[in-house]
Amino acid sequence: MIEFRNVSLTYPNGHQGLKNINLSINDGEFVVIVGLSGAGKSTLIRSINQMVKPTAGELLIGGENTLKYSDRKLRQFRRNIGMIFQNYNLVKRSSVLRNVLAGRLGHTGTLRSILSLFSQADVRLALESLERVGIADKAYQRADQLSGGQQQRVSIARALTQQPKLILADEPVASLDPPTSHAVMKDLKRINQEDNITMIVNLHAIDLSMQYADRIIGLRNGEVVFDGPAASVSEKTFEDIYGRPIKEDDLVGDVSNG
Amino acid sequence: MDKQKRIPIIPLKQKLFTVGVLVVVLSLYAAASIFTGSSPARFMNGIPEMFNFIINDLIPPNWSYYERVFPALLETWNIALLSTSLAVVFSLPISFLAAGNINKKLWLYHPVRFALNVLRTIPDMILAVMFVAIVGLGALAGVYALFFFSLGILIKLISETVEAIDPGPLEAIRATGGNILQIIWFGALPQILPQYVSYSLYVLEINVRASLVLGFVGAGGIGLILKQQMSLFNYGNIAMIIFITFIGVTIIDTLSTSLRKRLV
Repeated sequence: MIEFRNVSLTYPNGHQGLKNINLSINDGEFVVIVGLSGAGKSTLIRSINQMVKPTAGELLIGGENTLKYSDRKLRQFRRNIGMIFQNYNLVKRSSVLRNVLAGRLGHTGTLRSILSLFSQADVRLALESLERVGIADKAYQRADQLSGGQQQRVSIARALTQQPKLILADEPVASLDPPTSHAVMKDLKRINQEDNITMIVNLHAIDLSMQYADRIIGLRNGEVVFDGPAASVSEKTFEDIYGRPIKEDDLVGDVSNG
Repeated sequence: MDKQKRIPIIPLKQKLFTVGVLVVVLSLYAAASIFTGSSPARFMNGIPEMFNFIINDLIPPNWSYYERVFPALLETWNIALLSTSLAVVFSLPISFLAAGNINKKLWLYHPVRFALNVLRTIPDMILAVMFVAIVGLGALAGVYALFFFSLGILIKLISETVEAIDPGPLEAIRATGGNILQIIWFGALPQILPQYVSYSLYVLEINVRASLVLGFVGAGGIGLILKQQMSLFNYGNIAMIIFITFIGVTIIDTLSTSLRKRLV
């Protein structure tokens, strides 16, 4: 269970990224955060694993205020949180397998990891993760030789290899074409259901949000303006969240068999 | 609306600035010419003398002198190779300390940067004189001097490469809970590897040339015999030294350049 209590975040330049957020997210939920660009979606998701640190309030995970963690405790805490980025953030010159093994770094001693002495169990886990996203055959290729969709799957495999309790995905499909977007969203949904991993995903495409989310949280100007089950959401809800009529650009397109 | 007014292609302010810069550069040039007592005329007059020197004094080289030149060139090469290799090893960790995107601890970053700036202000020749005084005449002084000299260059080049890498992978490793060494090893190092190797080879080229000169102050290598022969006005031998050095340096530069091209 993740609880935001009066969480605010002001950037050093004075911009207020989050304003007094109160939320609680249950284990195993598939939550989609929607909002226009600049609404604070990324800030909200990144404040959970403190890639950006909230400046006020409490962020309770498993009852502990994680904002008080020391550097060391924070690193241990991050081990259990997978993260997926819009631009995949793979080390392009490294092999796919090595990228996926990065998911074990938090569990591997510094010296062992630098000498690449990952245990066989870790290597097997990495390969299994790649198998689950369907690209185990690419393990020894360089990451930059893969297509965008494949690279995003590598980054999902990296997150899976952490054996996390929670996965944060920051615009995971914004750089992908519609069929690939659906495929990646299906992967995330499947992982959420099979492993009961809590999934928090930022999206701006309305149809994707409605199709894959259990629950939708709407942000505008750093504030929560909507929070409810996906089933209760209509296009009208999105118009309220976005503060403007829905446009063609807000949809990915219905290519659900991608 | 005055349509007659000319619309400038370059704004007046920018024109004035350009003219100002030109004036400053030209006056610096004039000052340099006056203070050094050199003038374009004197420069032109010197050219025929140069040809006379080459034709009358340097030609023909004393071919049999290669017996002395060759071992000295080998020593020069060894000084360059050893000092570069050591600098390549030591520069890597320090480079990460000197890169602002990796080392975010300002109390550590600023002293490291400052120390490196100081190190880089010392010319290689002064380093050589210093180490000749410390460890005595010979190749060892040259190795020390070039080690510190190349350390300065390499750290500068590598730390700036590190600062230019894609931050995405670093962020991803940080998000998995990796510590700073793991972030460097998995996220940063693969990204700078080609440049790291390329810069190392480049510094090796620089060092081969620098170590030729270091002999002048007693730090071993080919410079040592060049200085001896010059003080004896033994131009045939000097020509031979120049000839062999030219061939040696050309071979090393060509090899290193073609290697570097393949890497990046």
